[in-house]
Amino acid sequence: MKIAQKSIKFILIVALALFTSVNYAVISDQNHGNQNDGGRVNTKEEVEAYILHHIKDSHDFSLFSYTSDEGERKHIGFPLPVIIWTSEGLVTFMSSEFHHNDDGHVIVEKNGLKFAKIHSKIYELNKEASEVTFDETHHATNAHKVLDFSITKSVVGVLFIGFLLLFWFSRLAKQYKTQKIPTGFARVLEPLVLYVRDEIAKPNIGEKHYRRFTGYLLTVFFFIWTLNLSGLTPLGFNVTGQLAVTGCLAIFTLVIYSVSGTKGYWMHMIWMPGVPVLIRPVLAIIELAGALLIKPFSLLVRLFANISAGHIVVMSLIAIMFTLKESLGVVGATGLSLVLSFFITLIEVLVAFLQAYIFTMLSALFIGMAVEDHAEHH
Amino acid sequence: METLLNDFSPGLFAVTTILLLALIALMVKFAWKPILNSLEERESGIANALAAAENARKEMQNLQADNEKLIKEARAERESMMKEARAIRDKMIADAKEDAKEVTAGLIEKAQASIEHEKQSALAEIKKNVAELSIGIAESILKKELSSKKDQLELVEGLLKDVTLN
Amino acid sequence: MYNLIGAGLIVIGAGIGLGQIGGKAMEGIARQPEATGKIQTAMIIIAALLEGLAFGALFLGK
Repeated sequence: MKIAQKSIKFILIVALALFTSVNYAVISDQNHGNQNDGGRVNTKEEVEAYILHHIKDSHDFSLFSYTSDEGERKHIGFPLPVIIWTSEGLVTFMSSEFHHNDDGHVIVEKNGLKFAKIHSKIYELNKEASEVTFDETHHATNAHKVLDFSITKSVVGVLFIGFLLLFWFSRLAKQYKTQKIPTGFARVLEPLVLYVRDEIAKPNIGEKHYRRFTGYLLTVFFFIWTLNLSGLTPLGFNVTGQLAVTGCLAIFTLVIYSVSGTKGYWMHMIWMPGVPVLIRPVLAIIELAGALLIKPFSLLVRLFANISAGHIVVMSLIAIMFTLKESLGVVGATGLSLVLSFFITLIEVLVAFLQAYIFTMLSALFIGMAVEDHAEHH
Repeated sequence: METLLNDFSPGLFAVTTILLLALIALMVKFAWKPILNSLEERESGIANALAAAENARKEMQNLQADNEKLIKEARAERESMMKEARAIRDKMIADAKEDAKEVTAGLIEKAQASIEHEKQSALAEIKKNVAELSIGIAESILKKELSSKKDQLELVEGLLKDVTLN
Repeated sequence: MYNLIGAGLIVIGAGIGLGQIGGKAMEGIARQPEATGKIQTAMIIIAALLEGLAFGALFLGK
């Protein structure tokens, strides 16, 4: 059993190491007709398009793709199911039916409806249309977006990390049944749990209430951290760089601190005592906007922007390999890009932790503000 | 702002919400509750053990202090007993000396008294003897000399002189 | 074009703010090394708030 586990780990590590160099290097190729999510990239515009494509969610899990010498496109990865809510109800099919097309030229027909994928979004074509037409600003004129519940790459990432966390921490929990001090990998996890509890939850929420919220804070901390880190692996997840995911996390925090807010917290917000009555409504508006909009908005935007920016910077530095090839030569450009991207990746590892820490810390702080016992005087 | 909103996918939001809710529930049930409970148990166990060790240390200290006190007391008692014994001894010696002095003094006194007595009695004897002797002498002298009146007077006068001299 | 100028202004402002926070935190730590942990935590929180503000402005302008 132990040997089997070790060999699985070894294979995984080797696979990861193999993909490291290839995944980011293979960049989209728009010269190849309608294939534009992989292939050879040379110009600045192609690099930009590829990066912007990467930081979006995608409907198939492609590790890398390349163009063979015969000009044939090869994709390494697997398709994911598409589940969409259309004007005719729920429609499901595999994303492979789009044949990796991302600019709306491949039309998939299901249940008498036509679908196209444009910039990682699935559009439903109007009844009479047979192909997507675009206006000058590259907006589709005869198609509209559908509600997309697909198992996208981000959802796969969430599921993967969710199972990983469950596996790790339930094992840690099990270890406590037989021994006082965990052994192996669980020993690494224990101080992290203690760190979140003692450095984030306890001081910000207070000794009295922290127990109720520690579960949420721990989950969020490890969820964000592991997803941030997985974004740095060649798997190429950008889950915490999806507005929907960070928005979801921020709204969770908003709901938690709004629901658990004490009477004093709400009273101070809506009808601030100790202030002239005329100023109170003004203050109420400011406070409400702060608590219900600005706090969650800053939470969601910070995480999203940091992680997206990190991905853009790392990939841009890797792209130096192509963009500066002419002025620095192959060796110079590759060396420069290697050195720069290496150090920026190190910084990104720090940022991955820091963003998880800040998100959890601010969540704890907001919760602490909501549940603390307000004294009547100021 | 527009691109931001364009990037936002409500479907993904819904799916993530469901998954996150499930994840939080599962993690709380299967991981965080048992982990935090056992951690707290362990911490309270450690705190208890530390408190117990501290108590034991204090008790030990108390015991040691007690021991020392006992030893001190015993030493003091011994000292006082010694002192007492010494005092008794001294007193006994002194008493003995006193007694001896008294006894000797008494003996000496008695001896002196008896010596005096003996002396007195000896003197009395001597006086008696001397008187008898002198009477005898006087008888004989008287027998011989009292033939003449003149001699008689002379004798008496001579005797009287002697007596007063005595 | 105007977005870019705005973004530049935001970055200048955020940079000044972050510099102030970092500098004052350093001074605080130098003055009271035993309070390092507390100062760091407060520094990170305030820096995060500032960062959120700056990112918000950047994305509103985008």
